[in-house]
Amino acid sequence: MEEKSLFSVISPIMVGPSSSHTAGAVRLGLIAKNIYKHEFKCVKFILYNSYAETGFGHGTDKGLLAGLMGYSVDNPDIKNIFNIVKNIDYSFEYVQDISRHPNSVDIIIDNTMKLSGNSIGAGEVQITDVNDFSINIKGHFDTLVVMYKDKPGMISKVCDLIQKKNINIAKLYCDRDSKGGNASMCIKLDYAPDDALVNSIKQLQDVYYVTNVRKLVQ
Amino acid sequence: MTILSFKELNELSVSRNKCIYEIAQEEEAKLQEKDVSEIRSSVAINLSAMKAAIKNGLNSSEKSISGWCGDDCAKLQKKYKQKRALFGNLFEKITTYALAVSEENLRMGRIVACPTAGSCGIVPSVLISIAEENNISEEKQIDALITAGYIGLIISYKVSLAGAVAGCQAECGVASAMAAAAAVEMLGGTTQEIFQAVALALKNILGLTCDPVCGLVEVPCVKRNVFLGIHAITASELALGGVESKIPLDEVVDALCQTGQLMSPLLKETSQGGLAKTKTAKDLKKQLKQKKEDV
Repeated sequence: MEEKSLFSVISPIMVGPSSSHTAGAVRLGLIAKNIYKHEFKCVKFILYNSYAETGFGHGTDKGLLAGLMGYSVDNPDIKNIFNIVKNIDYSFEYVQDISRHPNSVDIIIDNTMKLSGNSIGAGEVQITDVNDFSINIKGHFDTLVVMYKDKPGMISKVCDLIQKKNINIAKLYCDRDSKGGNASMCIKLDYAPDDALVNSIKQLQDVYYVTNVRKLVQ
Repeated sequence: MTILSFKELNELSVSRNKCIYEIAQEEEAKLQEKDVSEIRSSVAINLSAMKAAIKNGLNSSEKSISGWCGDDCAKLQKKYKQKRALFGNLFEKITTYALAVSEENLRMGRIVACPTAGSCGIVPSVLISIAEENNISEEKQIDALITAGYIGLIISYKVSLAGAVAGCQAECGVASAMAAAAAVEMLGGTTQEIFQAVALALKNILGLTCDPVCGLVEVPCVKRNVFLGIHAITASELALGGVESKIPLDEVVDALCQTGQLMSPLLKETSQGGLAKTKTAKDLKKQLKQKKEDV
């Protein structure tokens, strides 16, 4: 049984009305921002199932956009976000699809990055896919996301570089689409990695993409 | 070592000769690799946010996005000005504070999820009303909030505090049990009396369903916060009077967990049964859909 914090019960400080549909939406947006990292001009949100059905009354749409703009879950301006955000082309689509989680969203930024995520209860969220690569980011750890060609020794090479920085790996998730095909690693770290470490992983042969996704503050 | 049951917490309390909040803050400090004083400072921030939510809620009658709720706290305050509550000051405060916080929540104001956003009015209304009426110090209020949180935490190891998993008994019900624990702590009760208050509060909400109209945290959630605030006081008074639950607390939590499993999915935050399927709820759903299209 994983030990839980007292603050999982008496927080977060957040704007209402729903931990899953409002705070969760903000957190999904915040993680998406931490993954994309760049300024952006347009974003489309596709809301699924309960997010599509009840999102309007819960301010889920406002929360998603506010998170992507970097607002924290307790920012009282979230309710006015549509009046605040100018110069960004944002849109929402509402879809029913039982193959998806009840509280699910796709976030498509600048038509270049598509992220999928779920709000899994009590404000906890999970980003599950980036451009159809399977990942697992909940925002509790600084997480290195590495996309690479599946071949022997890749995990060891990456972990070796992390070890040289004396950073402990808390959790490690790997996935691939096929043997020798596209693969992904999510490496959750106890301390933030520096740019040098990220760059050294980037220089490994057959690594397509590396990014460090900062953990969420709350 | 993770404390997973009230039996373990009780044994630790006896062997270390410490009360619940002392054990809780030490365990949390270990988990976060921080000092106890830092943990207490974080709790103090949440306590202040609760007080701010009460203050904001008492001074607003702004409606929610749906337009269904948001002015009940104002109505109740007006009523108490004209005619005092039968049960006195404490009753007036708990009922208005619970509405104030719940209404802040639905108008997208700033609240503290405790344990959830939908149940955010219960612990603050009870804790802060008792503190004000009994001149309880800030430090004692922090002790009480830590106690409440730790009670919720131990319950959460057995059952997720989510309406979708175990119905409203796991949200407003657990919030009420947490509030009862905070009340007993502030009023000088023993660790045993805290456990009894929690057991009594939980036993009497078993089976409470989660059937929100249109899936929104409004009907019946807002007013339910008021009822379960008062419920917490009933439990704490009984416990402080030496009344004991025949069923031990851990077994009551087991019963809550099993009741949650047996509860139909139609009654667990899916809005497909109970109040959510009434004729009026269906009409409200149509209304809301129209409103969404108009925006």
